[in-house]
Amino acid sequence: MTVASSSPPSRLPLTGAEPLVPTKGAKARARGDGALAAVFIAPAMLGFLVFLCWPTIRGIWLSFTRFNLLTPAEWVGLDNYIRMVNDPIFWSSLGVTVEYVVINIGVQTVSALAIAVLLQRLTQSSLLRGIVLTPYLMSNVVAGLVWLWILDTQLGIGNEIITAIGFDRIPFLADETWAIPTIALINVWRHVGYTALLLFAGLQAIPNDMYEAAKVDGASEWRMFWRITMPLLRPVLAVVLIMTVIGSFQVFDTVAVTTAGGPANATNVLQYYIYGSAFGRFQFGYASAMSVALLVVLSAITVLQYRLTRAGQSDLG
Amino acid sequence: MAAVTTTTTGAPGIRPKRRRFSFGRAAAWTGMGLIVLITLLPFYWILRTALSTNAGLGADPTNPLPADLTTSGFERALGLQSAEEAVAQGGAGGGLDFWRYLLNSVLVSTLITGCQIFFSAMAAYAFARLRWRGRDKVFGLFLAGLMVPTIFTLLPNFVLIKQLQLVDTLLGIALPTMFMTPFAVFFLRQFFMNIPREVEEAALLDGAGKIKIFFRVILPMASTPIITLSVLTYITSWNDYFWPLMVSYSDSSRVLTVALAVFRAQTPATGVDWSGLMAATLIAALPMLGLFACFARRIVSSIGFTGIK
Repeated sequence: MTVASSSPPSRLPLTGAEPLVPTKGAKARARGDGALAAVFIAPAMLGFLVFLCWPTIRGIWLSFTRFNLLTPAEWVGLDNYIRMVNDPIFWSSLGVTVEYVVINIGVQTVSALAIAVLLQRLTQSSLLRGIVLTPYLMSNVVAGLVWLWILDTQLGIGNEIITAIGFDRIPFLADETWAIPTIALINVWRHVGYTALLLFAGLQAIPNDMYEAAKVDGASEWRMFWRITMPLLRPVLAVVLIMTVIGSFQVFDTVAVTTAGGPANATNVLQYYIYGSAFGRFQFGYASAMSVALLVVLSAITVLQYRLTRAGQSDLG
Repeated sequence: MAAVTTTTTGAPGIRPKRRRFSFGRAAAWTGMGLIVLITLLPFYWILRTALSTNAGLGADPTNPLPADLTTSGFERALGLQSAEEAVAQGGAGGGLDFWRYLLNSVLVSTLITGCQIFFSAMAAYAFARLRWRGRDKVFGLFLAGLMVPTIFTLLPNFVLIKQLQLVDTLLGIALPTMFMTPFAVFFLRQFFMNIPREVEEAALLDGAGKIKIFFRVILPMASTPIITLSVLTYITSWNDYFWPLMVSYSDSSRVLTVALAVFRAQTPATGVDWSGLMAATLIAALPMLGLFACFARRIVSSIGFTGIK
């Protein structure tokens, strides 16, 4: 990843004029602002080193130890990783997580794209954009609880509607096959608006003349979408995909409040299993090893997606 | 890595044309209406449920209006009902110190947002406008921090917070995100770099020091992105569940999200207290809806991309 805009142009303006400022040691500042910069950067640096750098290193280190919080960590080499590879629950958790991510990202990306295009081509109303964003203001916990109620097998309005249409009640969150798709869709409900607004911002960068010109040539909206919108949105779409996939893999809250991993491990996503290992069984070493595995998976996906979608290049000269 | 830039969203309505009826347009508007419906109906259903009695919900699950209109759900969520009364209404009767959780949530979110944005802005200023050796290398290091998923640092951070004996304190919840996030630094730096140097130079000529420039020139000129970032940070920390769940064990540090999950777990024998739960949910969500309502226009038009690729 690189930053688009490079560091400020070295115009070094008015360095000659600096002596005009008589008071604060002009000679010291002529070369740079080292001391001042140190002060300005100190708090952020402290936070960076203590709560980001150090935990990352420590997390990797802990994955090679046996650690239960009470006694000091004890080096066990690759034991945790060997155990992980032989742990059927780990593999099923990984499988469940991947299933969740595929459904969640698939539905969310398509819906967000549809919403973004509708917002762009139909209306520029900021009220509509505000409405679309409201679920994002709720916590995952709130979203989970609301849908738990709406989809309740006996009393939920969702199931009342389904029976009214003439189908059987669906135990959405209590059934092994339904639970993961349901949780995935609940999280689509919460996040799709935000994703749509990100894509919408990307669409704004596409010059309107292109659509005008295509219209003059008699192109349909559908054709314009595939020939203009999609190719030009691709870099933005790629970044959004990488972001949302990474976020999606970390699903925890919704599972915790709706199904607690059940029924029969059907929704025991990786993050929930890691949490249970650490805080339920106090196997911090093992939990760390699985976290490292997740980190590796996420990094690999990021690199792969970045390559596949050529995220760095834009067709919009 | 995404969020908020303050580019204005293109000129609206460049295509007045004749608005003759077209099938495609009608279908598109129908789709839009459907989306709005799916987005908003759950909110109405929370309100409808919160204003119903549990008995009414069981007897009349499909009524679009509150079944047996009552505020008893809110009273239960706010702990205004006696235990016996709550149990009689289908509640758990367990104490729910709502005001305390609300205060805890406000304190944690305010602490995180205030400190994180201010410290990140200071660092961003040093990266964007001060000249010092190793600046770009240090900035690159910060950027690399963007690559570490938050979730990876949670376990080790918990171990650290425990060693600092800050488990079950509000400070323990706030500390890891209080100083900076790589994103905030990166994001603010972009804006600071776009502020014309001439403004800064004028201030320098007037005899202002760099510190004064930061407070009097840079911060005010970047107020829009700073406000947007602050609101989003506030919402994020308010909604956080996983980290507070790890750190907090008792009422003294419990925030609203964790309290809601606890409320849900205290299911009485008669079945879930949906009315009370939805009332609690609504009250927990209301502050963010209010906050958003105040800044909606600004936020909505400024969600976008910073130039990270």
